[in-house]
Amino acid sequence: MKQMNWNELPHAGSILKAGNANEYKTGSWRSLKPRWIEENCIQCLFCWIYCPDSAVSVKDEKMTGFDYDHCKGCGVCAMECPGKKGNKAIVMEEEGK
Amino acid sequence: MSTPTQENPLTLKALTHKPVHLTGGHRMCSGCGAPTIVRQVLMAIDEPVVIANATGCLEVSTCLFPYTAWQVPWMHSAFENAAATASGIETMYRSLRKQGKLKKEMKFIAFGGDGGTYDIGFQALSGAMERGHQLLYICYDNGAYMNTGIQRSSATPFGADTTTQPVGSKIQGKTQRRKDLTRIMAAHNVAYAAQASPHNWKDLMTKVRKALATNGPAYMGVVSPCNRGWRSQTNDSILLSRLAVETCYWPLYEVQDGKWTINYDPKDRKKPITEWLKPQGRFKHLFAPGNEALLARFQELVDQDWESLKKLQEMSKS
Ligand SMILES: Cc1ncc(C[n+]2csc(CCOP(=O)(O)OP(=O)(O)O)c2C)c(N)n1
Ligand code: SF4
Ligand code: SF4
Ligand code: SF4
Ligand SMILES: [Mg+2]
Repeated sequence: MKQMNWNELPHAGSILKAGNANEYKTGSWRSLKPRWIEENCIQCLFCWIYCPDSAVSVKDEKMTGFDYDHCKGCGVCAMECPGKKGNKAIVMEEEGK
Repeated sequence: MSTPTQENPLTLKALTHKPVHLTGGHRMCSGCGAPTIVRQVLMAIDEPVVIANATGCLEVSTCLFPYTAWQVPWMHSAFENAAATASGIETMYRSLRKQGKLKKEMKFIAFGGDGGTYDIGFQALSGAMERGHQLLYICYDNGAYMNTGIQRSSATPFGADTTTQPVGSKIQGKTQRRKDLTRIMAAHNVAYAAQASPHNWKDLMTKVRKALATNGPAYMGVVSPCNRGWRSQTNDSILLSRLAVETCYWPLYEVQDGKWTINYDPKDRKKPITEWLKPQGRFKHLFAPGNEALLARFQELVDQDWESLKKLQEMSKS
């Protein structure tokens, strides 16, 4: 984001662009990366409701993967994923491998 | 006047249609419990909502100028006065409504950490509740002043290692038991008081809706795992919030119209407190030889609180 001059700053430290933190990418924080294994997914959406970083993508009421621009790789989604017959639909893998 | 307009079903499928009110790109630690709580709270509400936020991890890390992760009107003023800030906003709203300048029904929520709620913001909170503002105060309780480096608060559990009551040769972590703020709020005779946990999203969101549908002040305490301060893993926030409930360290209950209701009673499947303590490094010393009595004391405190809660439920029946 371009730095503002003092006379361009909104009054009283207001931020007028709601949700602009979305422009800030926290994906580089990751050392582990979640991988979705679609065939084990039962679409329970637990990963989506528990993700602290709004980084589980959903479309038409279904989980569709991850927003790697913001996912910090915490592994909460993988931990809570029930998967199918004991096989997780999310696994954490080392970043960069 | 408040109406329970929130009639959308609380199913995860239906909730996926709600806008994301807390975006990614905030700077809370990886795996922090607090943003999950906030996302669930905001998703439970259908009306326009205004937030006041006390200083603390949530405030600091979701709003680093010139960025904000909030997609709803949000205000920070200081550490100790989120309840007073929310009171002022709500009072202005009522005035504008009376003057006919505002037609929309709106909701008001204050978020504070345990330091900002149990300790420094306690007076402002007590005042707001007593004056009867139509607002919901939510404390995300991670049991210490985490943003400034894990100092003890009156919400810190017995025995926990913190930087201001560190484990040493004489003292084994916090020597006092924690303050029970939810009961203190219930003693204010507020319209609604409850405890919730993010692992049970449905219970949490139902409580937010109930709280906002009442015609008065409401308080919710929500257990908020913090892997930095609890010395646990980044992937266990939901697991630890679940164990907090299953061990009865953090019972799910609500108080409305003088009636106490326990929302989850494990009955004979109540887990020993060690299951919640063990994964947390802040309690590691409690498992060292010689500290058996402290561990037993922790269990005793949990049992005492749980038994007295069940009595409150029993006594307020009928
Ligand atoms: C009056 C005042 N005193 C001290 C501080 C420094 N301070 C900022 S955040 C914080 C700790 C907040 O603890 P808590 O409310 O539990 O929230 P958490 O960071 O744990 O989420 C402190 C002491 C401050 N901002 N204002
Ligand atoms: S690893 Fe963490 S941040 Fe990434 S999608 Fe899973 S829960 Fe969200
Ligand atoms: S938690 Fe696992 S099974 Fe459930 S929707 Fe997510 S990936 Fe699929
Ligand atoms: S220190 Fe704890 S509460 Fe604060 S952002 Fe990190 S994990 Fe969350
Ligand atoms: Mg705290």
